[in-house]
Amino acid sequence: MHELRMKYKGKKMAPAFNAFHTFLFTPNDTTHGGTHVKAADDLKRTMNTVIMALIPVLLFSMFNAGYQHYAAINGFPSNFSVMEHFITWENFWVGITEVLPLVVVSYGVGLIVEFIFAVIKGHEVEEGYLVTGMLVPLIVPVDTPLWMLAVAVVFGVVIGKEVFGGTGMNILNPALTIRAFLFFAYPTWMSGDKVWVHEAVDRAGGPDAISGETILGYLAQNKGGEMSYSVSDMFFGFIPGSVGETSAFLILLGGIFLIYSKIASWRIMVSAVIGSLVMGLIFNQVVEMGWITETSKFYGLMSFEFWKHLIVGGLAFGIVYMATDPVTGSQTNRGKWFYGFFIGFISVMIRVFNPAYPEGVFLAILLMNVFAPTIDHYVLRGNVKKRLKRLKDATIFPKDSDSKEAELKAETV
Amino acid sequence: MALLSKKDTNLILDPLADNNPITIQVLGICSALAITAELKASLVMAIAVIFVLGVGNVVISAMRNIIPSKIRIIVQLIVVATLVIVVDQVLKAFAYPLSKTLSVFVGLIITNCIIMGRFEAFALGNGLWRSFLDGIGNALGYGVILIIVGFFRELFGSGTLFGIPVLGDPIEKTGLYATGYENNGFMIIPPAALIVVGVIIWVQRSKNPALVEEN
Repeated sequence: MHELRMKYKGKKMAPAFNAFHTFLFTPNDTTHGGTHVKAADDLKRTMNTVIMALIPVLLFSMFNAGYQHYAAINGFPSNFSVMEHFITWENFWVGITEVLPLVVVSYGVGLIVEFIFAVIKGHEVEEGYLVTGMLVPLIVPVDTPLWMLAVAVVFGVVIGKEVFGGTGMNILNPALTIRAFLFFAYPTWMSGDKVWVHEAVDRAGGPDAISGETILGYLAQNKGGEMSYSVSDMFFGFIPGSVGETSAFLILLGGIFLIYSKIASWRIMVSAVIGSLVMGLIFNQVVEMGWITETSKFYGLMSFEFWKHLIVGGLAFGIVYMATDPVTGSQTNRGKWFYGFFIGFISVMIRVFNPAYPEGVFLAILLMNVFAPTIDHYVLRGNVKKRLKRLKDATIFPKDSDSKEAELKAETV
Repeated sequence: MALLSKKDTNLILDPLADNNPITIQVLGICSALAITAELKASLVMAIAVIFVLGVGNVVISAMRNIIPSKIRIIVQLIVVATLVIVVDQVLKAFAYPLSKTLSVFVGLIITNCIIMGRFEAFALGNGLWRSFLDGIGNALGYGVILIIVGFFRELFGSGTLFGIPVLGDPIEKTGLYATGYENNGFMIIPPAALIVVGVIIWVQRSKNPALVEEN
């Protein structure tokens, strides 16, 4: 293969060939250029690690797609056992026919766009899409029409990434750009109580109509009492929701794996959890003080116990897999604390106050993506100021501190 | 004798492509974002601006030697305001629903930077005929972009062109809708216009790298 690679070097299709080659084999060079940290790992290994952390979530989501589908038709099993009711071929088959096409379309379309850009611009095919392509099917509702997904992927990859210069240059997380595009373009397929369970849309209005309201959806309508989900359902993920976001347990395992392998920043994860807890506590406190009544439209979500925000909806998934994107997040360690904190804080805030759609994680992360460079800028300035102060107090030989200071300023501005 | 000399032809053709007021000078963006959700509104807006800029340039050019330079901005504003009121009244008289759609944006032609820009940069220093051509050319360049943006936004956002359904009926599920196609709600909201204009700018500059600004 290496010989073939050398032979095709410089030819027009070389980028396309190299992409397959380096995906399958360890290349003999490491990442260079771009804004990435240059480490001993090739960028592709980093991406593959994230994908490994996503595989359990994907498998779980396939079973859950079937479980939610049959549970909505036949009612929830009274004495639920994981082996008997959850891990069944029947459930898995729904997952294969519904979830797998999402994955295939996401990768197929995204990689075609990447290949086209690589051949036009004559650079190597960039690895960024490996993770994006896996994230996208996991953050959309299970019944999303495939052509919509394809349109959104083209938009997300071109407008979200390629116009900025490709992997490592993008301001916004491409997967979330795709999600946001879908949300604004086809709101009827992305929100409401029908889209989260397979076939719920087709059956709507008929005699065998089924509902697939999410927990946040129930709460937003002040119908929290009608839910039949226990806390362990929420934690292990036997609830309706976007394809891969439901199981907080597997996401937690994935997060620990990513922290252990030092791929994702624990600072962002921890601070985002803190941020969402703080906001949740504030809302709980508002309810406790009696400032809003039970008839208020915010009551359902505001009175939702603060820590439960973490195990329903896409908050856990967003924190572990999206907020920690090394390209679009803050780069400085102190900046990461602010960045993560506000993601959690704003997510819960949007959840409570957004009238149309009780989920705000993707909007919060996109917003903080935009602010990440600003946060970094102020962290850097703060550090420069601290050092300048130290310089002022220090004695410098030869005593020439003024010009030194000016020099330092010129360097750091 | 040709109707237009080569120099004069350039006055009209330049703003259509390589010196386009929207994509190259990045002027008049606000109205391009606000009213391009429908093709009809884009077209009327384009015609209104062609009228205002064409006539306005001639008027300013005719007065250029008698306007005291200290108050020239006020004089220019009065000229634009007069013309815009004429357009507004005509629309209200003959196309009332459309003037409702365009609402304040007809009035806001006054603040369209292209118009003041051409008065300042061209009409104050050139003769009547050339000023007229320059006004028409720039307004056409503006109108072309408006119509391109309006075309894509109305086609993908509402499935219609000039209000006529071209992709079938979304409620009856005929035509393209029978296959499961749906209108793209994103194209209706103004940020989509920004992205369409951005894509036009991108395509234009990658075709002609000489237009790319240096940092």
